[in-house]
Amino acid sequence: MEFVYIAVALVIIGLVVFWFIRSRDTDAPTAPAATAAPTATRSLRDRLAKTRGALSDRLGGVLSGGKLDDEFWSDIEDSLVAADVGVAAASSAVAAVRKRGVEDPADVRGLLADELVSLLGGEDRGLAKTASPSVLLVVGVNGSGKTTTIAKLAQQLSTPESPVLLGAADTFRAAAADQLKTWANRIGVDIVTGQSGADPASVAYDSYHAAKARGAGIVMVDTAGRLHSKSNLMDELGKVARVLRREAGEIDEVLLVLDGTTGQNAIDQAKAFTDVVGVSGIVLTKLDGTARGGVAIAVEQDLGIPVKYIGVGEGVEDLIPFQPEAFVDALLGT
Amino acid sequence: MFDTISDRFGDVFAKLRGKGRLSEADVDAALREVRLALLEADVNVVVVKSFLARVKERALGEDVAKSLTPGQQVIKIVHEELINTLGEEAPLKRPAAPPLVILMAGLQGSGKTTSAAKLAKLLKRKGKRPLLVAADLQRPAAIDQLETLGKRVGVPVFVDRKTKAPKLAKAALKHARLEGNNVVIIDTAGRLQVDDELMKELAAVRKVADPDETLLVVDAMTGQEAVNVAKGFLDYTELTGLVMTKLDGDARGGAAISAREVTGCPIKFVGLGEGLDDLDVFYPERMASRILGMGDVLTLIEKAESAYDEETAAVAAEKLRTASFDLEDFLEQFQQLRKMGPLQNLVSMLPGAGQALRDVEVNEKDLNRVEAIIRSMTPTERHNPKSINGSRKRRIAAGSGTRPQDVNAVLKQFSEAQKMMKMIAGGKSPIPGLSLPGLGRSKKR
Repeated sequence: MEFVYIAVALVIIGLVVFWFIRSRDTDAPTAPAATAAPTATRSLRDRLAKTRGALSDRLGGVLSGGKLDDEFWSDIEDSLVAADVGVAAASSAVAAVRKRGVEDPADVRGLLADELVSLLGGEDRGLAKTASPSVLLVVGVNGSGKTTTIAKLAQQLSTPESPVLLGAADTFRAAAADQLKTWANRIGVDIVTGQSGADPASVAYDSYHAAKARGAGIVMVDTAGRLHSKSNLMDELGKVARVLRREAGEIDEVLLVLDGTTGQNAIDQAKAFTDVVGVSGIVLTKLDGTARGGVAIAVEQDLGIPVKYIGVGEGVEDLIPFQPEAFVDALLGT
Repeated sequence: MFDTISDRFGDVFAKLRGKGRLSEADVDAALREVRLALLEADVNVVVVKSFLARVKERALGEDVAKSLTPGQQVIKIVHEELINTLGEEAPLKRPAAPPLVILMAGLQGSGKTTSAAKLAKLLKRKGKRPLLVAADLQRPAAIDQLETLGKRVGVPVFVDRKTKAPKLAKAALKHARLEGNNVVIIDTAGRLQVDDELMKELAAVRKVADPDETLLVVDAMTGQEAVNVAKGFLDYTELTGLVMTKLDGDARGGAAISAREVTGCPIKFVGLGEGLDDLDVFYPERMASRILGMGDVLTLIEKAESAYDEETAAVAAEKLRTASFDLEDFLEQFQQLRKMGPLQNLVSMLPGAGQALRDVEVNEKDLNRVEAIIRSMTPTERHNPKSINGSRKRRIAAGSGTRPQDVNAVLKQFSEAQKMMKMIAGGKSPIPGLSLPGLGRSKKR
């Protein structure tokens, strides 16, 4: 019996539409503030060579242009936007650099790098590991690279003393469990699977208890890719997380896997997954193409979720810990 | 996160009102907002530039249609140009001799395998006899995935785990001719456009299979990178069409414009869900509205203009502002609103407020009941709902064919809604994203 609310809301909407036609009065969006900056390291440079190339070429072109006029700054902003940094983060970074009163175009690159690093902040980017077995849940939209990420991470983290156990809670996609099983065989770790179409929460439950019984150090639970806008699938994911939290006390890490080629929608993804399962870290994949993954900056700035790993290739060693300075360095070619 | 384009146009609209012809300053002001909206929708920076140049050329000096303000005129041109850019609905080619060979290509995780199966199902429904070819020999279990999907849609899958992709394609074509399959859909491995080795493999498959259609599968969530991906694939292989996937998410899908502009290929299909029926042909208009994030504002404006009586709406708005909006005004506005069509549709057309109300189901029957109840009141009762006592309630219920408790509910909720209106008039919107421009300013005047 809430139809009167709806009706009133609709009448109001009708009037809004009417006013929309007649007169308008909106506020300009304000730019968010930035925080302090640490200094730089350079280990990612070569691996992100292609990533670096594109933006640094653009920037180079702009910077060699000379004059520090409005057009210069808007070109700088465009080149950041072209790296998927997002309009808001790009313009706040450019505005901050501008405020410092730069005179030599050659300084701009360094100042911009400082600014972007400070947008990324100094969060702890290590993986939390409190209990044994510690629980790591991997979530993300379809095709972002969850299963591959789990395989690489398992291979890096599994040791004879503290073996990894994989839980294949993607019971939806055809052959997803097969894909993980193939990996488990290659890496030589245990895996728990369920029937196709089974309740993923039950697979998560089984995985946790199998890990406990077999003395595994980490249990990594893979989940089906789901669009963050589908509430029924997100509810299902919520149940997986609830069951794991209930059984294990706490989930040590909930990693959201973001496709590095994703644009501004990544922010919506991060928000939605955080609401449902409490994301503790981000893995940014597919940065071995020319994608620059600048949206990581927007996501960290907006939501404060640290990027923990980035994927820069097909090999196991190509999943590497995220370093803000090196990432920005590669982004700008400083 | 995103302002809808209608929000963005707020200031521009206000400035552009009541001039007969679009001046350069008008157009520039409007296009600045369009630029931001396009960039936030992930249309590539370079593509945005050339697009805006085209819009500007068209818009300059154009006469403003009588029914539109200059701001609306600019949006209209933007919208039309966007549709032009996105191209027309494009059917699959018809080969001179069967089979029709379709090659699916794209990045990892863009949705090739799923799209291939969906396409097979779509064509099967149209009476074709498709054959799926599992030429993704890279990803573990990709072949299993296609086999499972093939079983689900009832289409045979050609598999050979021990060979290379080009050879496999050749064998598959031979198999199709023998079996009488008149469509062959080849699913290839996902590859980055900079991966020289795999791109050469794709070119080799293409050479062997000589496909009628080479479809690039693009994830709708792709950002600025869409341009590089499209260019990269074009460097190695010819493309005949695009498939945009994951459009059932909430991404704006600016990648569609980027990829379309770079390749010049039509968007042939869009993927709208995980079900195997969720592949649709492409409608440029819907996509244009989505990218601009404007719901279907233009239609809404048109409807509002034809249904709303300006004077009574202005009076009602004034009453809302002073919180003296009573059931009589409500009824009048309500009836005008309903002239615009089913309310559910109106809600879905709204960009900003539409989001807050997206999940609300509007039941027209309930609305009829509300209207009947209010119409069974005397004018005095409508002006002063407090005067409605028990016997009046029974009379109203009898007159409207409802029960007294329904009348109670309407009265109670209207009084709650009045409180809500006061909050809005005071500048505190109870519904996120819904504010009343022009209503919150009363105190300043």
